[in-house]
Amino acid sequence: MTTSLRIFFRGGLTSYRALFTWLSPWILIPTFIVEPVFQVLFFAAVGRTAGVNDNSFYLIGNAVQYAAIPCLFAMSNTIGGERYSQTLSLLLVSPARRTPLFLGRALPVIVNGFACSVVALAVGALALGVTLAPVTWLPLALVVAVCSFACTGLGLVTAGLALRVRETAVLANIVFGVLLIFCGTNVPLSALPGWMAAVGGWLPMTHGIAAARELAGGSRLSDVTGLIAQELGVGLLYIVIGLGLLAFFESESRRRATLEIA
Amino acid sequence: MSVARLLVVGTWLQLKMRARSAFDGVLALVYPLFFATTVFLMFRQGGESGALVGAAVGASVMGVWSAVSTTASTSLQSERRQGTLELLVASPTHFPLIVVPITLSMAIIGLWSLVTTLLWGRLVFGIDVRIDDPAGFVAAALVTVLAIALVGYLLAVSAVRYRGAWAFGTALELPVWLICGFLVPLGQLPSWVRPISWLLPPTWGVSAVKHAAEGSSPWLDITVCVAVAACYAVLATAVCTRLLRSARAAATLSLT
Repeated sequence: MTTSLRIFFRGGLTSYRALFTWLSPWILIPTFIVEPVFQVLFFAAVGRTAGVNDNSFYLIGNAVQYAAIPCLFAMSNTIGGERYSQTLSLLLVSPARRTPLFLGRALPVIVNGFACSVVALAVGALALGVTLAPVTWLPLALVVAVCSFACTGLGLVTAGLALRVRETAVLANIVFGVLLIFCGTNVPLSALPGWMAAVGGWLPMTHGIAAARELAGGSRLSDVTGLIAQELGVGLLYIVIGLGLLAFFESESRRRATLEIA
Repeated sequence: MSVARLLVVGTWLQLKMRARSAFDGVLALVYPLFFATTVFLMFRQGGESGALVGAAVGASVMGVWSAVSTTASTSLQSERRQGTLELLVASPTHFPLIVVPITLSMAIIGLWSLVTTLLWGRLVFGIDVRIDDPAGFVAAALVTVLAIALVGYLLAVSAVRYRGAWAFGTALELPVWLICGFLVPLGQLPSWVRPISWLLPPTWGVSAVKHAAEGSSPWLDITVCVAVAACYAVLATAVCTRLLRSARAAATLSLT
């Protein structure tokens, strides 16, 4: 038990610091502050040009969805980074239990995604002149944290696929693009074709963004507990799938001796 | 003649390599489509078919910038990582003539993205983009590609000493989309932003492409685009010469 906790906390933090090479301010500031703020501003401006929705809609959608960048890329790097450093086989030959090993790597990522979204929300709100009532800040923070958790679950799935896919950056970018379209980030689910809205319902972020928009619109936390529960459920589902994929591809890689050649 | 041959052969060689890269080739085509699809859905929600056609034209050019901004910023670092930067610098060929084909190949991949986005809009969203001045449209698109390649040339040589150059290039993607009038008319931007837009070649290139599609003359915009892009080429060459001299003197070419 103690070993598992140590792998979860210390191993996770060490891995995050070692493998997620974006922690230099020269990368962190452009990626986690400049980019999300400009994504908010870009889609708010496009929305004004198209004559649909208001600034608050784009602020919430894009700031929350941007948590996907650290969640997807950092989790993909837990495999891709190990392979690049030629330590993947050493990691997988170790007797460490896989659940604390990989979930421990997810914990700092959730915090990173949360911080990225909160900064984008704050700076984006200032830039667009959107006022979020102070009473909504705490519930919004809770929703953002749940979204980061759920998206990190999807990140675990991409980490599992990274055992078979060499180009983890391409994979993470494509998944990010899917979330951009299907989660109601910039187009309400009601305006998407039915099949797209249905797919969106099974993706992380969708329910969280909807909950955040309702909170920003004046709803109370108790009004959106259903949406938050759905977001948590989707996140848990992806975590289970991700751990399953990691176990499956690890076993396949051992059997076929393909660990280093993906 | 040898300069022309060098540019053509260098661009072709780079293009063949990039076309086989998942990141530079495949993602450069696919990634802008996610943004274009979002934009198409937003404009379709707005319900104005004229605006949707304009958005399709603007969105199609987004991919050209997207294909260049990140990869150009990190291109010389890639050469350094592969151990080929010293060889390129030491070759008797003028170094800018080696760098320009690299960024030009990226912009040409962006040109594929332009075509792909227009086809995507037509086939998936039924957006019928009628080009009223086909010759002007092709000229505007080619000049935009060349201009963005030259901006990429400046990015490539300027970011050579910045270890996280890819982050710098990626962070430039959305701001340029926003302030160069790809989808948002310059008139909607704050007045202090417009002079910055005028200094960026994509602003004039996008304007030329849109004018050609609408049937008005694109040639003034094309001329300004060429002139501004030429300034970027001169500036990039000056930066390149200075950095190379500094790197040779301090023996830091292979160091990040």
